[in-house]
Parts: sequence; structure tokens; C-alpha cells
Amino acid sequence: MLKVDHLKKTYGGGKDAVEAIGDLDFEVHEKEFVCIVGPSGCGKTTLLKCMSGLLAPTDGEARLHDNRIDGPPERMALVFQEYSRSLFPWMTVRQNVAFPLRRKKIDKHEAGDLVERSVRSVDLTRFLDRYPWELSGGMQQRVAIARALAYQPEIMLMDEPFASVDAQTRADLEDLILEVRREYGVTVVFVTHDIDESVYLGDRIVVLTPAPTSVQEMLEVDLPEPRDQVETKELPAFAHLRAHVYTSIKRKQPAAEPEQEPARA
Amino acid sequence: MTVRRERWLGAGLEIMIPILVLVVWGVASAGSKTYYFPPLTDILTTFKDTWLFERVGSDAVPSLERMAAGFGIAVIVALGLGLLLGLAPRGRRAAAPIVEFLRAIPPPALLPFAILVIGVGTSMKVFIIAFVCLWPILLNTIDGVTGVDPTLRETARVYGISGVDRIWGVVMPAAAPQIFAGVRTSLSLALILMVISEMVASTNGIGYFVLQSQRTFAIPEMWSGILLLGILGYVLNGGFALIERRVLRWHRGARASALS
Repeated sequence: MLKVDHLKKTYGGGKDAVEAIGDLDFEVHEKEFVCIVGPSGCGKTTLLKCMSGLLAPTDGEARLHDNRIDGPPERMALVFQEYSRSLFPWMTVRQNVAFPLRRKKIDKHEAGDLVERSVRSVDLTRFLDRYPWELSGGMQQRVAIARALAYQPEIMLMDEPFASVDAQTRADLEDLILEVRREYGVTVVFVTHDIDESVYLGDRIVVLTPAPTSVQEMLEVDLPEPRDQVETKELPAFAHLRAHVYTSIKRKQPAAEPEQEPARA
Repeated sequence: MTVRRERWLGAGLEIMIPILVLVVWGVASAGSKTYYFPPLTDILTTFKDTWLFERVGSDAVPSLERMAAGFGIAVIVALGLGLLLGLAPRGRRAAAPIVEFLRAIPPPALLPFAILVIGVGTSMKVFIIAFVCLWPILLNTIDGVTGVDPTLRETARVYGISGVDRIWGVVMPAAAPQIFAGVRTSLSLALILMVISEMVASTNGIGYFVLQSQRTFAIPEMWSGILLLGILGYVLNGGFALIERRVLRWHRGARASALS
């Protein structure tokens, strides 16, 4: 459904041009949960911005249902890493989640139902009339997720959404996102630099090379559903995949360097 | 417990100190024979006779009306213009030299020009007040609108928030803290310019009254006018602070939580 077709992005021009994305080519299928991992500074955010229509690629294109993306598509939501800067601090939780719905041609009643359902899905019903800054970081990110869900996207892009919360909250949020994804049947593209997270969440992992970015490797994640923070992570298959992704990221230039042994699993 | 005590102490000081100053002034000036510094009791008696409410209709109300008109015009024009320039980087750059020049003119220097062109009536005073109050609000609005957090902008774009929703739901609230700072500066300017404009070619107003009292050697009256202006300034500022606290409650909350 979402196709990234030989996408390139270069910042600036002439001698100072910085090639962020060299040549990216991959596809995301309906209802799939795709994790994108890569070394830091590999243009993950740039890629997400090109996919969401916030940035125009220098060459190539991203397509949603065969339509070229040249502006934010109506049925796509984006969850940012900086929840505190992405929520509107002058609006309550309810207003934040409801605000994007004004664009949709639905009546007030229906919009109210969408808001309440999505806020219930992230378990924040008690906080509907609080302001985001009255909530903890993890709760704020849940508000951002509820806002994305209420928008009724068919595809949800997430830019390292759990990178700035503590480890325990992070595990909870990971399970939450798997749950709402099942509930809403939404396609997810999840950018992260955390290898464990990508293996735990994804149906498929796209490993990126350092800038200028291209696809290093694509991996099917063949772990049993539903995933469980303890059981899944104890599986030999989990450890194996994790080691594989790790070496894949470390192996910077596949053509120049000899293949490394996978880490002991 | 200590926080509460601290607060009571603060409030107590805020009330006690002015009273103390008045008492000291009253005692020091009691029986004063100095012509220019009449006893405080004389000033207060004159204040009561003059401003409660003998000359309120003839001087205070016209003054306040002109100030409100000038200030109001400034707020509306500055918000509109500031929003436009803030959203259009090219327009902002083109307008920058003119804005910088006009705002650098010391306001009283415009009085002769305004009298010449507009005359000595109410419009001249309103014009002067509006002209001077415009700049702080305009510059702050431009700054606020330009400085909207990029993540907030992108959020609005991704969720298709555009047009009126974007302006009233995202841009203006985000710029509000800075706009309010500009409005507060302009409010004090409005009071100053109200007085100055009434001291030149005027037939009523508090500023006119103060100057006229001085010229006719009605010194307690002059003092009573000054006292009234001080009280007005204090009340206006206090009222504005109350509004700001209400409107920008989210801002204080968000800042406090970001710091903790």
C-alpha cells in the first residue's frame, strides 16, 4: 500500500550538498507493522518526513495506493518523538485529540465518539479534561497516539515515539501500540534506533545503512503472536534476530568489508 | 505550610508598605508651609473634591476614552499586520526597515506633525496613542508567529489543520505569550502618551488638568491629578495581569512542568 520508490533526498546544493538518503526502495503492505532501524544519523527522520509529505524528495517518490505523496495524505497519521512539543499545550487532552477531526466531514456526535474511543484505547479516559503538561511523559505520548488513532488513519507513521520515556514506560507503550494496532487494524511504520524494540514490535524489519541511506537488509520477524515482554524476549529466535539486526547495522559497507560472523546467539 | 506563610507575608507586605509610605508622607508633610509640597491631607481632600466625582465626567472619562480608542486600534492593527508579516517571510524582510525606522521616532516628536495634519481634537490624540502603542505589539506578534515550534507546525500540517483553524487554533495561541508581553508594554505607553497628548493643545483630560493646575498655582490640584494617574496606571496594570494569568494559564503550567 505504501511504496518508497528509489527515493533520494539531498539537502542544500553545490559543494555543500549533504546526501541524506542515497536510494531507498521498499514497500509496506496492508496491516503490516514495519520497523525501520538504522544507525543514528542515518536519515530515518528525513525518510519519515518524505513519506508523510512534509518534505519533498530530491528524486524518486513515495506512493500511497499508487498516488504520489506530495503533501500529508488524509488517511495518514504521524506520531512524533517529541510529544511535549507535538501536543498543543493550550488544549486539554480532549481538545487535542478532537482538533484534527475538524477537517473531516463528520458531525460533532461522531467526532466525540471517536475521541472517547481512542482515549479509552490508550487508557486515559480519566484525564480527558486535563492539560498535556499535567501528565507524565508516557501519558503525553499516549495522548499523541490517541490523537493519531481518532484521526482514523489507514497508516500510522511513528518517529522514535518511545525514545524519550523511561524503560518501564517504554515496555508498557510497546505493548499498548501492539494492542491498538490489533484493535484498529492500522498499518504501522515504526522508526527506531532500538534493535530490541524493532524485533519485539515488527512483522518485518527494514535495516538502513548510514547516510547516504539505502536499504541494508530486510527481515521477516517470525515470532509468535501475541508478543510478550518476558516470554517473547526469552525465545532463542528473538535473541537470534536481535543479533542478526545488530551485526547488520554494524556492517557498514557490505561491498567493501568482508562479511562478519553473527554474534553468538 | 511555609509556602502559604510566605504567600501571606508577601501579600501583607504588599498592602503594608504603601500604607507605611502614605503615613510617612502624611507625617512628614503635616503642617508643611512649603508651597510646592502641600500637606498630604490637603492633597487627599482636594483629590476627594476633584475626582470623587466632580471632574470624572469632564476630564477622566475623555482621557480614558481616547486611551482606550488609541490602544484598541493599535492592538487590532498590530495583531493583523503582525500575523500577515509573521506568516510571510518576504513581506517581513521588506517591511523591516520601515518598521525599524518608524518605531525609532521618539513619540512626542510626532505631536507637531499630528497637530498640523489632524488638528488639535480627539483624533490627533487617538492617533498619537495608537501610533506609539502599535510597535511593541507588532514586533512581538511577528516574533511570536515566526517562532512557532517547528514540531507544532508539522503536527498541524500532518493533520491537515489549515486556514482559520491553523491561525486561531495553532499560530495565535502559540504566539500569545509574546503578544501579551508586547501588549503589556503598550499599555504603559498608552497611559504616558495619553498624558503627553493632553498637555499640548487640549481643553480637557487628566493631563490637561495637571498642567492647568500647575499654571494657575493650584498645587494640591496638580498633585491630586498626579496621584490619580498613578492609581490609574496601577489599576490598569493589575487588571491586565489578571487577564494574562487567565489566558496564559496553560503557558505557566507548561513552563513549570518543563522545568521540573
